[in-house]
Amino acid sequence: MPSTDAPVVLELSEVVKSFGAVVALRSASLRLQAGSIHALIGENGAGKSTLVKIVAGLYRRDAGEFRLDGEDVDFTSTAQSKAAGVAVIYQEPTLFPDLSVTENIFMGRQLTGRFGRIDRKAMRHEVERLFTRLGVVIDPDRPAEGLSIADQQVIEIAKAVSLDAKVLIMDEPTAALSGVEAERLFAIARSLRDEGRGLIFISHRFDEVFALCDTVTVMRDGSYIATTPIAETTPGELVRQMVGREVTELFPKQETVVGEPLLEVDGLTSPGIFHDISFTVRAGEIVGLAGLVGAGRSEVARAVFGVDQYREGTVTLKGRRIRRGRPTEAMRAGLALVPEDRRKQGLVIDSGVGRNITMAIRRELSRFGLITTGLENRAARVWASRLEVKSYALDTVAATLSGGNQQKVVLAKWLATKPDVLIVDEPTRGIDVGTKSEVHRLLSELAGQGMGILMISSELPEVLGMADRVLVMREGRITAEIDRADATSENVMFAATHASEQHS
Amino acid sequence: MTTTTTPATQPATTNRVSRDYEKPLWRRVLLTREMAIVALLVLVVAYAMLTVRGFAQPITLNYLLLDIAPILLIALPMTLVMITGEIDLSVGSMVGLASVVTGAGVHAGLPFELAAVLALLVGAIGGAFNGFLVTVVGLPSLAVTIGTLALFRGLAVGLLGTTAVTDFPEGWTALAKAKIAGTTIPYIMIPFLILLVIFVVVLHFTPFGRGIYAIGQSKDAARFSGVHLERTKFLLFMAAGLVAAFAGVFYTLRFGSARGDNATGLELQVIAAVVLGGVSVFGGRGQLYGVVAAVLLIGVLSSALRLANVTSDVINVITGTLLVVSVVSASLLAWLQKVRRRRSGPVSSVAAPTAS
Repeated sequence: MPSTDAPVVLELSEVVKSFGAVVALRSASLRLQAGSIHALIGENGAGKSTLVKIVAGLYRRDAGEFRLDGEDVDFTSTAQSKAAGVAVIYQEPTLFPDLSVTENIFMGRQLTGRFGRIDRKAMRHEVERLFTRLGVVIDPDRPAEGLSIADQQVIEIAKAVSLDAKVLIMDEPTAALSGVEAERLFAIARSLRDEGRGLIFISHRFDEVFALCDTVTVMRDGSYIATTPIAETTPGELVRQMVGREVTELFPKQETVVGEPLLEVDGLTSPGIFHDISFTVRAGEIVGLAGLVGAGRSEVARAVFGVDQYREGTVTLKGRRIRRGRPTEAMRAGLALVPEDRRKQGLVIDSGVGRNITMAIRRELSRFGLITTGLENRAARVWASRLEVKSYALDTVAATLSGGNQQKVVLAKWLATKPDVLIVDEPTRGIDVGTKSEVHRLLSELAGQGMGILMISSELPEVLGMADRVLVMREGRITAEIDRADATSENVMFAATHASEQHS
Repeated sequence: MTTTTTPATQPATTNRVSRDYEKPLWRRVLLTREMAIVALLVLVVAYAMLTVRGFAQPITLNYLLLDIAPILLIALPMTLVMITGEIDLSVGSMVGLASVVTGAGVHAGLPFELAAVLALLVGAIGGAFNGFLVTVVGLPSLAVTIGTLALFRGLAVGLLGTTAVTDFPEGWTALAKAKIAGTTIPYIMIPFLILLVIFVVVLHFTPFGRGIYAIGQSKDAARFSGVHLERTKFLLFMAAGLVAAFAGVFYTLRFGSARGDNATGLELQVIAAVVLGGVSVFGGRGQLYGVVAAVLLIGVLSSALRLANVTSDVINVITGTLLVVSVVSASLLAWLQKVRRRRSGPVSSVAAPTAS
């Protein structure tokens, strides 16, 4: 907890930014003290990213005050903000894959010896010193290619530290991290705080905000709402401030009657990726598939749907075998997959909302083998309105929608196929609280209507709140199957991180 | 903003997507890349009719259409191939190979009809070979078809050597040049129009065509939506080979000569026209009417310039410049639109930019 008289390193007040008619920031304010980890939260579209981009020098504000270390500043480029001691760590860092870790950290400002020769030894030494300070083990000589996202973020942080950044902004850094990786990141963040730097932490996950931060600022619709010490607030209070209303049920779980088995997976094996995966999804049941990132959960889902191959095992839907590597056969049998990466796999991102919704039912829609935009739009409108997709028109390009609305389009696309079993992979990653609870309510309702749902999720509260049964994967194997009544974050996390008795 | 009271699976009372299209009909139809080419075509035709002596004569149309018929034909499957993000550089060589197969067949005493069918078969097999290498083996189509460009041409020259077969049935060679009664339009336009209708329907009005666009825009999303990526591309390469072979048979009859070096470099003329017609080389966008207009535009330009006694080098420079200008102006336009959109903002509140 920073003392109240700690110096203010970054101060923004009543900042306004608009893009033509669209006002992204009405009146944004933020006061970051040295030696503090400050959470910045708000729904998607609340203006957090715009604010960050102003601080980073990507955008210029239209009005308002912007002070760094008490001095008025006005950045016109990212280079200026970097030079002034601001560093931004993005969700997915962009490193040079073919260069070594050391070269990446010193990109553009290599240490030089005599005659301007690059002094590799000195750089390597400096990197080793940085990593020891941050408490991480990464080989400074290995190429950046193939590093996990977590390690790439650490490298970005190391770069920021070596530049002696006073203000570090982390924009949803944990979205793609596993629990262990996030813990390491938090440890680094805490040590940076103790060195007297100011950190801004943007996240959708409240458990992280409460575990890590000392102060929290809430934004809504481009405006500042409140700044509170973390000890004096609760998740419910924050949600209320974010959405401007009470969200009573975060996980509206309906009681359902579990029926006969729909999807049966038996002994699925793909060497090196997953081994001997067997499970059943019954009608009216939500089965949660938990585990760390990289445990092989998405790979299993893709193999079951037929997008990826597998070597052994069988997939049966309502008693009918689905041959491997045949997504169309799986679709016809009544299987649907909402994939992990909605921008690349879920949507044809440059195509319209209507076309996307009818993509998976285009054969069923056609009459005498012919399909027209009129036919597509009629079908798409029904599903767009059922899922309350917010889009100006049906031919609006999907890329321009917010993350939550994109996810609704993907859900609409697959619900339009009237599936018996729906596999959803990270259904609420990176979408705002309001849409999140809409998605949860929808899944609950679908299960209530007798659909079988397999839900892959890295968010434990989501798994525990939604699933009737939890399967846990670790390193390509299912290590536990826990009933709703017995599932706790402890035993799920334990199964995800430790070996159980039968699988060494 | 977010009402969560309506159960999501019930038809909602408030319709969030209030309309089908962002822009009014006239803007969607008139303000497109394709329409710009059509307008340019009309302008060039009108200007040439008024100023170039002889251009307005009906016989000009006859020669014009005969000249561009192979390009028109091959541009159809090429458009589809390029919308999936692939390319077929071997079509020019396939025209030559089909021509030689026809000639060699007739030379060996086969009836012309059988020789022509044999040529079409060779076209389908050659196209399937391209398709096999691209989809099953998984090689990039640019590399594969550069290879088959040399391969097909090599076979063609090898089969006939430096000789040329010229003894084709009078009836067929006359038909290739004949005009439809009462007009100056050559008969070859009839099979072209039939193929045009087929390709327009396939590309714009079938689920298969929707899959073609999806593959070009996002391979992964197409696969996750149950589009048969491999099958689609394979069929398109085969169609390209088949249509190229058909063009080869026509080419042979029109000039009454089967030679190994027939139609050398034709593939680049086809690709230039397809790109000028608004098909993206990265795949995912393009319309057939734009491509047809672009082929006609190039044909009209060179025909008019030739009549105006401009040398062929200069004609090449002019069509080349046109292509570069059209590609540059397309990206310039897209950039301008983006800038304007950013400045004025969208009409709706939903498409708020990047503020996540």
